[in-house]
Parts: sequence; structure tokens; C-alpha cells
Amino acid sequence: MEYRKQINLKTIFSFILVLIMLSSCERELSDNAEFATFPTTAEIFIDTPVGLGSDFYFPFLGSKPTAFSVDNQEGYESDASMRVDVPNADDAEGNYAGAIFRVDGVGRNLTGYDALTFWAKASQGVSIDEMGFGQDFGENKFQVTRTSISLGTNWAKYVIPIPDPSKLTEERGMLWYSTGTQNTGGFGYTFWLDEVKFERLGTVAQSQPAILNGVAVNQDAFIDVPVQLTGLTQTFNLASGNNQTVAAAPSYFTFSSTDIDVANVNELGVVSVVDTGTATITATLGNVAATGSLELNVTGPFDFAPTPPIRDPGDVVSVFSDAYTSAPIEFFNGFFTPDGQTTLGGFIDVNGDGVIRYSELNFVALKTVNRVDASAMTNIHIDIKVEDAQIDNGDFVRVLLLAQNPDGSENEASIEIPSADLIAGDWISFDRPLSDFAGVNLSNLSLFFFVSDSTISNILVDNIYFYK
Amino acid sequence: MNIIKIYKTRMKAILFSAFLLVILSAASSCDTDETQDVITLRNLVMSDEFDIEGAPNSAIWTYDIGRGPNGDGWGNQELQYYTDRTENVKVENGFLLINAKEEDFEGAQYTSARLKTEGLFEQQYGRFEARIRLPYGKGLWPAFWLLGNDCEQNIWPLCGEIDIMEYLGDSPNVVFGSAHGPGYSAGEAETKEYTLEDDRFDTGFHIFGIEWGPEYINYYVDDALYNRITPDDVAGEWVFDHPFYIIMNVAVGGSFPGSPNEETVFPQTMIVDYVRVYQ
Repeated sequence: MEYRKQINLKTIFSFILVLIMLSSCERELSDNAEFATFPTTAEIFIDTPVGLGSDFYFPFLGSKPTAFSVDNQEGYESDASMRVDVPNADDAEGNYAGAIFRVDGVGRNLTGYDALTFWAKASQGVSIDEMGFGQDFGENKFQVTRTSISLGTNWAKYVIPIPDPSKLTEERGMLWYSTGTQNTGGFGYTFWLDEVKFERLGTVAQSQPAILNGVAVNQDAFIDVPVQLTGLTQTFNLASGNNQTVAAAPSYFTFSSTDIDVANVNELGVVSVVDTGTATITATLGNVAATGSLELNVTGPFDFAPTPPIRDPGDVVSVFSDAYTSAPIEFFNGFFTPDGQTTLGGFIDVNGDGVIRYSELNFVALKTVNRVDASAMTNIHIDIKVEDAQIDNGDFVRVLLLAQNPDGSENEASIEIPSADLIAGDWISFDRPLSDFAGVNLSNLSLFFFVSDSTISNILVDNIYFYK
Repeated sequence: MNIIKIYKTRMKAILFSAFLLVILSAASSCDTDETQDVITLRNLVMSDEFDIEGAPNSAIWTYDIGRGPNGDGWGNQELQYYTDRTENVKVENGFLLINAKEEDFEGAQYTSARLKTEGLFEQQYGRFEARIRLPYGKGLWPAFWLLGNDCEQNIWPLCGEIDIMEYLGDSPNVVFGSAHGPGYSAGEAETKEYTLEDDRFDTGFHIFGIEWGPEYINYYVDDALYNRITPDDVAGEWVFDHPFYIIMNVAVGGSFPGSPNEETVFPQTMIVDYVRVYQ
């Protein structure tokens, strides 16, 4: 009896022990593992940089590298802060201020926080273009961007919510900003940040994620032509009662497709189109369904422009064509938005074959890096495909060549392609003599405009070249 | 509330809990004296746990319908039309749901519900509490409150009003408790806010209650007693010595909360786990 009793006690004791281990071990183990590997340090700058190591400041290309300093006079309830002197637009060292602050060492575990917060003020009331975290000059996998942050001249607290803290198990990108002088007439200003840290506010709630800016988009797609998901945002309601929206990197989202045999999405938000059919892409963020969706109608492979004939290299000056050696392009879309440009799009890569695709066209310019000299050529060739469902009488596409001469002068000439010469949904090849472009200096061509005045909205362009 | 919690914790008699208790009581030490008043109020006299699906129990709850006796949004230019339809009020999964919806209805832009125990359960003094998860968004104005049962004879504010919990959807971590009477009503009411420093009222359940006896009303949220109103505090006659009935509602818009804005999401739901009254 006594023996049995002992066994029972032993059994019970070890059973309890196992229970304790099972229930406590599981939690402690994972906690320990994370703590041991990745610090949970919240602070980034509290009167001095905190835990960032020695090599943490990386200015953006083209920004003024010396824009950031530690100010030892100003501070929020202290006498030190981060100071950013945004340069004048004509500053030779860089015409804007932008940088990332990256931990020099292992990433931090930020899963216990729900926002990046800081106190800030500026030398004048000003809107900071972009601030955020998660940019590490690596994959920027968990980048967050809050845009147009309105700073006043006195200290105020700002909140940039974390779209889904559970993702930030090892984050090195602590803080980043980028801002210029577009809103201050080109004149510089100063802003200060202090008490920069991650916090668990507990009042960041009511998640409202969105993809494609919350719109249900329906568009055509082509086999092997990937589509990048855009308009990815997360919105939270804050203690202030106001919503705060931030742009969130694709990796915060979990994407799904109604038909993965037609289209599927990777964690970087790139949709691979694999077969004909229809597939709708939706997303969730932290188990909350995102508003917005992308329905893709895949009709088949991409319809390429006719391949240009083989020519003697000396007979061709090519601006944009995979068939010939072409000029380096500075931009495919100048985005002259202040001038009323609505046109979106630009270069697309179709499995290694370059095509230009414009949507919402009214006018757009492509610019070469160097001036193009077509003075020895006799003709221009352009392939255009109108992707609008139909073309009406009076619709047109004007092709305008603009020369930027070394003496600073500019001249231009254009031809107009009338609706009668275009067919909706078909590639049309245009070959015109350069004598049609009287008045432009063919030695110094720099900008190539496509103008429709919104009569035609969607076009593909390929094989822009001169020949003789 | 506090007493029960403390008792339970002691039963466990674990050193760690004792340590926690010390921290807890240290954190809320300013309240401990006032909690002494609640000891007697543990005799449950009415409760609705909302366990039966469908319409709320008609033996306990009745409704205010429409836009108020003068059609003016209950004197506050509120924008909702109160109904007793399932769309606006129902019991589901053990909870009472009061749904504020955006819809054109009887000339109003919004519908919602206002439940009351008038003529069904009225009581003088006691502990009144409810466990509630609140909605959020500009323009939302939910409340759990008591009104004197003599407002027909003694026109408000003479009949008295005790607001156990009021909340504005654009201040998601703040509630307030008030008492209205002659000389201290509406904007002049005796009132106090309670703020959750690192949490919100729309993401989880919280207990809102009062302990009401002769010459005092104590207001609490969860474990925190945050206000005590006595005849010395009010700028007029003390009118809280007769039976009151319970009201729960979600108002939308009006002069106090302001109108919903483009960020306000509808529908919004006030979720009530239980209502309990002790004597």
C-alpha cells in the first residue's frame, strides 16, 4: 500500500511538474529566445542617440548629407534634440534633407509597441513631406511612411502607428525622413525632433487596412507581365479621436488570389500572372480584411509591337527599342503635375522586353540623358497601340520633338496622328519623313512628347527610332 | 467590486499575488478610503445577463421610440430615430447589442435604440453597474444612465438624472459620470471624467457603475472609484432620494457630440455583457 501510495504521489508530482513545465516553459522559452537575440529597446533619441551604435546615419542620395546634427541648445523639456536643417533648393550640396537612422548592429524586437512617437517643432509652420520607420536600405520590408506632417513652431507630440507590430521581430530601420522646400518657395527651414521612441500607447486601435487605396479596381493583365500592388495603407483611430493613415509596405499584408492558377501574389506585393482567366486579389492585415481589391482579366500573352527590321547600325539612331542600341533614358514620364499633367505610367518590363505604357494620358514627356543627334537621318519610326476600347472622331495623338540647344535655347516641332490612322487594340507603325518636323534642331533632341489632350487615355509606345 | 476582487485574490494566497496587491493598492491608494462605502451593497436584486437570444427581456426593458416628445432630437438636436427593431436592438451570443446605423428612416439620417426600465424596474439607492464595450467615431454618444421616476410631475431636472457612464466616440479613452438636478443640469451638471491612460473603451469590455446611497453617489470604472458626489458638491437641491429607472442608449450627433464626420464608420454597436443592480 505504502509503495503504491508513493508511486501515486510521485506520479502526481511529476504530472504536476510536467503541467507546470508545459504551461510555463512554452511562454518563457519564446520570450527568452527573443529577448536574448533581439533587444526590445524602445528609445531612438532621448537627448542623445540611444542604442544605435556608431554608424547609424545614412543620408539619401542627392540630399544634403550634413543636414542632420544634434542640437545642444534646443530640446523638448531638455537642452538637446535631433536637428535637421533643410537646405535651400539651390544648395550645391543637396537640395533636400533625407536620411535613414539604422541600428548599427542587430535589429530590435518592436512587437511590444504600437507606434513610433516623437516631439517635434520647426523654425516656421511647415509640412514635412515624409517620415517613418522600417527603411533599412536593404529590403525595406516593413517600411512605414506618414506623409505631410504639419509641424508648428512649438513642441507637439506626433504618432506614427505600426501597421502590425507582430511583424517587427528584428527591425533595424528606426527612423527616416525626407523633405524639401517645394512648399516654402525653395527656402530652407529647420525642424527638431526629441523623445523619439517606440511606445505601447494602448490607444492605437480600430485597424482599417486598404489596398489600391480602398478601391475595387478591375483591369486587364497579360501572362508573364507582373503587376505591382499599390495604394497599400493602414489606418488607425488614435486617442485624439482622429484617424491616422500611413503607407505600409506590402510585407505587412497577407495577400490572396481567388485563382492562383491565374494570378498569385508574393510578400512584396508583386502579382505574377500565369494563365488566362480572371482572378481577384484581396488582402488582410493582422487578420483584418483590407478594403480594395484588384480583379485581373487575363486574356493571354502580351501583344508586342512588330519587331523592327535589321538595319546597319550606321543607319539608325534609336531612342527606345530593344531591336537597336538605344539612348539612355532619364525619365519615361516627367510627371509635370503642376503643369496639369494627368498622365500616369511609363516603362514596363515584360519579361525582359521593354515597352512604354501610359494611362490617363493628356500629355507626357520622355527625356533622354544625352541629346539625340538625328540630323543625319531621314525618317522617324514609332509604334503606338491605343488601349482604349474605342477611338472617336477627333481623337488624336500628337508627337512633339523638343530640342534643347547648347546655347540654352529650345525649339520644337510636332506631327499629329489623327483618329483615322489609329485602330483601338492594334499596334500601328508610323514612319514619317523628318522634313515633317520643320523648325526643330534635329542635332539636339532631348524631350519626346505624346499629347492627346485626354482624347485618348491609354497607349502603349515602342520602337522610337530615327533611320535613313 | 474592489472588495470581491481583493477577497478572491487573497484566497489564492500566493506570494506573487500579494506582491501584485501591494502594487495595485499602491497605485490606487487614493481610492481605498472611499471604497469602504460599498461593502453593504452586495445583494443582487436585478440582473440581465442577456442570455436569451432575440429581443431583450420585455419584463425588464421597454423603449423610447422616435426623436423625442418634441421631435427635436431629445432636446439635444440628436440625429437618430430610435426604434425597437432587431436592426437596432437585439440579444445575441450572450450580449445586448445596440446598433447605430446610417440609414434614411422617418426623416432621420440615422437609427439607433434607447432601452429603459421605466415602470418595470425602479429603485432608490443601490449599486448599478453594467459591463460594456463602447462604439467609436465622431458623433457617437452612448450612455448608461438613470432618470428619476417622477419626471411627469417634477419636470426635468427636478426629477434628477444620474449619468453612470457617458462617452463621446471621438474621445475613445475618456468616459464621464454626472449628476443633474435643479441648478446643476445640462452644461452645468456636476460631472467628472475618467481617462484610461493606455487603453480605450471601444476595444474591450469595461465595468461602469455607481454606488448610490443617502447623500452620496460614488462613480467607478472597473476597479477605480473616480468620483464621489454628495449634497455639498451640487449647486442646488439634492434630488436623489427617490426611485430611478435605468436607460441605455446610443445617440448620434446633436449639439453635444457634434455630427459624425467622414471618418465615422457605421454601423456602430454598443455591446452590453450584463446589467446588475445590488441593494
